Amino acid sequence: KEMGVFPLLTDFSYSHLLSPIPPAGGPVVDFSYVGIDAILEQMRRKAMKQGFELNIMVVGQSGLGKSTLMNTLFKSKVSRKSVLAAAQEKIPKTIEIKSISHDIEEKGVRMKLTVIDTPGFGDQINNENCWQPIMKFINDQYEAYLQEEININRKKRIPDSRVHCCIYFIPPTGHCLRPLDVEFMRRLSKVVNIVPVIAKADTLTLEERDFFKKKIREELRANGIDVYPQKEFDEDAEDRMINEKIREMIPFAVVGSDQEYQVNGRRLLGRKTKWGTIEVENIAHCEFAYLRDLLIRTHMQNIKDITSSIHYEMYRVRRLNENNTVVAHVLVNTLATRYAHTVTPVCMCDALQFSSPSTTY
Amino acid sequence: MASTEIARQAGEGARAVPLSGHVGFDSMPDQLVNKSVNHGFCFNILCVGETGLGKSTLMDTLFNTKFEGEPTQHNQPGVQLKSNTYELQESNVRLKLTVVNTVGFGDQINKEDSYKSIVEFIDAQFEAYLQEELKIKRTLHSYHDTRIHACLYFIAPTGHSLKSLDLVTMKKLDSKVNIIPIIAKSDAISKSELTKFKIKITSELVSNGVQIYQFPTDDETVAEINSTMNGHLPFAVVGSTEEVKIGNKMVKARQYPWGTVQVENENHCDFVKLREMLIRVNMEDLREQTHTRHYELYRRCKLEEMGFKDTDPDSKPFSLQETYEAKRNEFMSELQKKEEEMRQMFVQRVKEKEAELKEAEKELHEKFDRLKKLHQDEKKKLEDKKKALDDELNMFKQKKTAAELLQNQAQQAGGSTTLKRDKERKN
Repeated sequence: KEMGVFPLLTDFSYSHLLSPIPPAGGPVVDFSYVGIDAILEQMRRKAMKQGFELNIMVVGQSGLGKSTLMNTLFKSKVSRKSVLAAAQEKIPKTIEIKSISHDIEEKGVRMKLTVIDTPGFGDQINNENCWQPIMKFINDQYEAYLQEEININRKKRIPDSRVHCCIYFIPPTGHCLRPLDVEFMRRLSKVVNIVPVIAKADTLTLEERDFFKKKIREELRANGIDVYPQKEFDEDAEDRMINEKIREMIPFAVVGSDQEYQVNGRRLLGRKTKWGTIEVENIAHCEFAYLRDLLIRTHMQNIKDITSSIHYEMYRVRRLNENNTVVAHVLVNTLATRYAHTVTPVCMCDALQFSSPSTTY
Repeated sequence: MASTEIARQAGEGARAVPLSGHVGFDSMPDQLVNKSVNHGFCFNILCVGETGLGKSTLMDTLFNTKFEGEPTQHNQPGVQLKSNTYELQESNVRLKLTVVNTVGFGDQINKEDSYKSIVEFIDAQFEAYLQEELKIKRTLHSYHDTRIHACLYFIAPTGHSLKSLDLVTMKKLDSKVNIIPIIAKSDAISKSELTKFKIKITSELVSNGVQIYQFPTDDETVAEINSTMNGHLPFAVVGSTEEVKIGNKMVKARQYPWGTVQVENENHCDFVKLREMLIRVNMEDLREQTHTRHYELYRRCKLEEMGFKDTDPDSKPFSLQETYEAKRNEFMSELQKKEEEMRQMFVQRVKEKEAELKEAEKELHEKFDRLKKLHQDEKKKLEDKKKALDDELNMFKQKKTAAELLQNQAQQAGGSTTLKRDKERKN
């Protein structure tokens, strides 16, 4: 496979987005230039000032290299293990959800990265319903956002703790997906963007890897599992073209490492073995670079957009359509206290017959 | 069953972590900008000012195009708002620009209510957005935002002070929209008068508590230029779409016998400053202020007015849409009840009328019966009388025949004198 299967930022020039802006107060260069395109620079300024948020969840059995991969992706010690030194080496008896936030900055762009770890997933003898706590966590974040959104006094910027992307680690068996994998991905692909990866891919030869990937893709298709990038959310032909190429390559076979080794006179991240050194960022060795480019350099905004305009909206619709007998009760209580002097609520119908300050019935 | 333990490390104040290499998320602003470019932008300007102050011309000059429309008449009965949407494109940026003009502002004899239609219009745009936001199935990202982002208030170049209409209108609008006051047709004022005019206007605005839009000074890149420009408010502008040859260039200008006023010459007027501030530096901030300040204020007031309250963190949330619909249903059922009442009343009336008519009919029947009876009685009486008369006649006939018989007998027996006597007697 060659470099540039889908455009990497390094190959892309974004200068066409910004037209030259005539200096303020100086001689007008172009007679007919209005300056509408200066809004791009204004947006960029605003974005730089506000910073960005990204919430990634990692799911997979213990020992699949989740923490290492996170550290490799973000070139720093962002995983839970790195933060909580040494303590939790035991596999927990139940699934836990632990999230850690970091402020990282690169070339003036600030980002609040939250890594959500799920130790204990798939590690029990009986793993029935192990996806439930994870689904609950994801829905709780949607709920928190919804709560804030329907407040009367709301914050200027609603803090976004919604899970933007869930990286699911598939153990490199080389055969096919396990029932746990299928169950989990089937359920969660409906509420969150799932990016499946083949973990510890250095145990597979290239042929084994290709076979495994093909099998996985078939199984995903057979079970109706839509992983990111989902076909139905392609916006236009250009999107579809780029995303088709990605869909032909998922799941990415990744290797993580936070150790650097000397290779050909350069210091590179890799894994040193007796038979050679696996370079993490070499696409001939593994597909880490593709995963990094997808998640961070090209599709990060898109991942966030799909979370907020599709997954969150679906949650919101479900929530607002629920049969609200509890709602009626709460409504009676909150409004009755305000209008206690005008009406004593006997039933919901009565309670709603109050007079608001501006209208009289 | 599994249980969860949510441990959040360092909540708000997350750790700052140094990166040991290039990760690549510095492309995020580019990704965001790219997405916005694909989506397109929209910007809505409201021009408030008396007829004839050059509002349309200024819009044409600002955006370098000829928006359609003819100058409006001065005899409008009330203030109307006319909005037009245009699609502009510059390099790869597509802008949906909406220009709203106040038609007939300041033309009426009684201008007390002039501001009302403007405020209603602005509120209507907020309401439309609020409705969309409260919908259950909503499409906010493809919603065409019609909320007014900037209000250019055109001040007549009297050179003295603000008119009371201006003060009142601006006071009503300052909590709903970003106001940028400008002095229109400022080539009518000399430079020295202009400085005095500007100072007078600014002091009047301050003393009346009118909050005009301040260009933001929190971002270092533009803080300096924005704060300088804040000091130049209100901008004294001249608009023109006609071109005049100055030197060897064609410039936008207004040509007078005594000289030429160049629109883009900063010594002549503040047009360049206005364009710079409105479009090139602060367009995004204007949009943001509209959304986070003015719209939020409207939303808060509207929801509180409808009787909603924020729930406390313990109770479950309720849906604004639900309660809004519930109230609407309640209102509808109230209407239905009224309708039902009216229907009942109508039915009642009809019944009453029907009863009345039945009564009348009964009476008529009775009358008819009575008359009939009367008629029959009369008839009977007449018949009786006729019978009596007939009887009498018969009797008379009998008597006559009897008398004639007697007479014949008497004649035969007595002679003609008795006949004469009988005749006389008879007569």
